[in-house]
Amino acid sequence: MTECVECGEQLSLGSDLETGEIVDCTTCGVELELVSDSPPVLDRAPELEEDWGE
Amino acid sequence: MQIGLLYSRIRSDEKLLLAELRERGHDVVKVDVRDDSFGLDAVPDALAECDLALDRCLATSRSTYVTQFCEHHGVPVINDPDTAATCADKVRTSLALSAADVPTPATEVAFTQDAALAAIETMGYPCVLKPVVGSWGRLMAKVDSRSAAEAIVEHKATLGHYEHKVFYVQEFVPKSGRDIRVLAVDGKPVAGMVRSADHWLTNAAQGADTAPFAIDDEVATLVATASDAVGGGLLGVDLMETGADGGYTVHEVNHTVEFDALDGTVDVDVPAAVVDWLETDAAGDAAATAEVTAQ
Repeated sequence: MTECVECGEQLSLGSDLETGEIVDCTTCGVELELVSDSPPVLDRAPELEEDWGE
Repeated sequence: MQIGLLYSRIRSDEKLLLAELRERGHDVVKVDVRDDSFGLDAVPDALAECDLALDRCLATSRSTYVTQFCEHHGVPVINDPDTAATCADKVRTSLALSAADVPTPATEVAFTQDAALAAIETMGYPCVLKPVVGSWGRLMAKVDSRSAAEAIVEHKATLGHYEHKVFYVQEFVPKSGRDIRVLAVDGKPVAGMVRSADHWLTNAAQGADTAPFAIDDEVATLVATASDAVGGGLLGVDLMETGADGGYTVHEVNHTVEFDALDGTVDVDVPAAVVDWLETDAAGDAAATAEVTAQ
């Protein structure tokens, strides 16, 4: 279980998550980035930037 | 191969690529470009042993610079910095397509509000104002009237980054509610889909519905020419149908192309096709380019 840094909810993360991937907190809805996978650590995901895309 | 995946966010597209690369036994080094700095004298440690770097940066600014550092240090990179620079900037893309005689929407670029309004009036209504750098259909404006044009141009000039003072005015193409995305490797189509929406914007990122598109010879030729025009590589070429005559116009070429939606739409295994290309043509071409650069 990993704690949501926004609301403190304990989140169960899938085993196939990659560092750099984004997950939504199921309780508060905030976007979280997996910044480390061993052990799993979540941080608030960066806000959308104007030059993001493909 | 040891492949450096340059990223700042792992999207579903990167997950598909990572899974395919690992399944085939490649040694994938994930390089979060936010964690490193890039200097003139040495390649970052994470990239030093890589046979190939794959630019999957979400941020265009990072993509255009980090690919230049790869090239500078002799690390073969997909896509190469010239392709990235051309595709990242809509003005450069339009010029490249025009130079290669690829049909593309009429475009005017102006640098002042007065000149932009004059260009819009000459283009006629509706027309489209686009940011020169941007994606996913964001900050696109369909301009239906003089009063709307005045407001949008003033807002861009007043509120925007300096790049918004480059007014990119484009013909509005009535496209019957859909456009076409073709993913191509060095101009060879891998697969295509149509993206349909009631809204005038039909980007998949805007929630458009997708369906497979059968690539005919005309589209294949246009995709190949458009790819060559911007330098080739792994690209997403966007086309619109121009009406009853069956013609097409190419309005965008994407150099860090997202393909999750395409992969879910067509029968082709898109990440497998991309990795096939990376293992064969891309690795060889990139290594040869890097060798020339390093000499």
